[in-house]
Amino acid sequence: MMSDLPKMKIAEARDAMRRGELTSVELTEACLGAIDAADALNAFVHKTPEIALDQARQADERRKASEEAPALNGIPLGVKDLFCTRGVPSQAASKILDGFRPEYESTVTRQLFDNGAVMLGKLNMDEFAMGSSNETSTYGNAVNPWRRRQDDAALTPGGSSGGSAAAVAADLCLGATGTDTGGSIRQPAAFTGITGIKPTYGRCSRWGIVAFASSLDQAGPMARDVRDAAILLQAMCGHDPLDSTSADLPVPDFEAALTGDIRGKTIGIPREYHMDGIPDEIEALWAQGRQMLADAGAKIVDISLPHTKYALPTYYVIAPAEASSNLARYDGVRFGHRAKLAQGDGITEMYEKTRAEGFGNEVKRRVMIGTYVLSAGFYDAYYNRARKVRALIKRDFDEVFAQGVDAILTPATPSAAFGLGEMADADPVQMYLNDVFTVTVNLAGLPGIAVPAGLDGQGLPLGLQLIGRPWEEADLLNTAYALERAAQFVEKPARWW
Amino acid sequence: MSIDIETARKVAHLARIRVEEAELEPLTHDFNAILGFIEQLGEVDVAGIEPMVSVTPMRLKRRDDVVTDGDQQARVLANAPDAREGFFAVPKVVE
Repeated sequence: MMSDLPKMKIAEARDAMRRGELTSVELTEACLGAIDAADALNAFVHKTPEIALDQARQADERRKASEEAPALNGIPLGVKDLFCTRGVPSQAASKILDGFRPEYESTVTRQLFDNGAVMLGKLNMDEFAMGSSNETSTYGNAVNPWRRRQDDAALTPGGSSGGSAAAVAADLCLGATGTDTGGSIRQPAAFTGITGIKPTYGRCSRWGIVAFASSLDQAGPMARDVRDAAILLQAMCGHDPLDSTSADLPVPDFEAALTGDIRGKTIGIPREYHMDGIPDEIEALWAQGRQMLADAGAKIVDISLPHTKYALPTYYVIAPAEASSNLARYDGVRFGHRAKLAQGDGITEMYEKTRAEGFGNEVKRRVMIGTYVLSAGFYDAYYNRARKVRALIKRDFDEVFAQGVDAILTPATPSAAFGLGEMADADPVQMYLNDVFTVTVNLAGLPGIAVPAGLDGQGLPLGLQLIGRPWEEADLLNTAYALERAAQFVEKPARWW
Repeated sequence: MSIDIETARKVAHLARIRVEEAELEPLTHDFNAILGFIEQLGEVDVAGIEPMVSVTPMRLKRRDDVVTDGDQQARVLANAPDAREGFFAVPKVVE
């Protein structure tokens, strides 16, 4: 008999522990049991039960000692493998970081632990966060707890934060960290019926998070509902002197902003997000979302973001370019894997063999594309042009916000979760289309949130995305809260694992 | 614009990733699919647009130019595949 404790929301567990009706050790043990029973999902790839129970005991002690325990005291979480956690394997799901145990803690996880959180383990993901299906991981695929009706086919939980999404959706942990460079929090959240927010670029420190594309990467929470996402985001945000792009701005009380009152707010519906080939179910869900927000008292306006169609090609210049620079550090010298060398091999052979063995195919492809677009003769034609188009994409958003739009409603993904292996023969560009609705948000540095809003005809969850003004996560979370209350999405995957 | 196998070989070398001969052709094919997709950017009128430097207009913080860290040789070397006598060890670089 599995315990029901891991199904609790963060806010419920927090309140129960405050009232003395639940201990962190009880909750943590229940989560560890659920994790051990869910190896079929391949979500947790490094389990840390000793650390978890130690942190849980400390949380319970803290609670006994003082009424004023920190916000996440005793809450068990999962951590994406992209976050460096001191003394615990942190390898970005890459073979090239086999055996790497950081000597330091990422700022985001340190802040979570300072707020009393408990770490259950590290979560599966696409290698270096490059992927939309969790199929590029050195640990193998993470599996979506959801299945189509009357069909046992294993589905992707999305990517790159696929392990985080699967773990939260399957009730293995109360929440998880994710990161989002082009949609890696929002797409897996939508594929698994959970909530995920990518905050404004600069809200969360990037220090200690393995870098993919530094001008796009942001951490954010993945949780069961908007309130839990708000609670987690609160603890993750804030200025960090160790990240020069971290914003020195006050962090508002996100949970307190959740009133559900959006009367008088203006919600934009971008016409360019009506795209060919998007299933009718997703168009219908989008229309329902529009109606829900209108019924809640928001004013709905049609808007135009004319450069939308250029967002993905822009991303596939800028992200690989930055990745090729960031991943140059994996050279077999300072950490991780080094290839066995043959007699007479010099340092160049060491680099080339180490990187050939250590990187998977998608990572190699992106590093090489990035190398190409930055190479002499192509830098202007590709990289500089992409940076100019990026400026235009951001300007599109600036203009609609200047017209008084408070938030923008779009679908989160162009489809429901697809089958693992289904895209194996597709060319890489087909996989990239997963991020068509989310990638604009990273290019413009904006906050975006995915909220589960319904099921498709096969019984799989679908999500809607809300995009907010920069630094206005509190308002965005409140709009998402209003949408969540109207959508009343309560379905859970039937347990088969 | 499409690239040939020679260009793919050159890019692989610039990226310091060994690619076996048999893998070069499929790699070239993938490159061309991606580059074909990127070509669309050529349609955009970017006259007078400055390339984006920072997504959020912000001045990067400065700090005093002082030593804030150090004396951690063992921890710096802790993850090295090969460390000797307090240094990272690599194959001979200079003949």
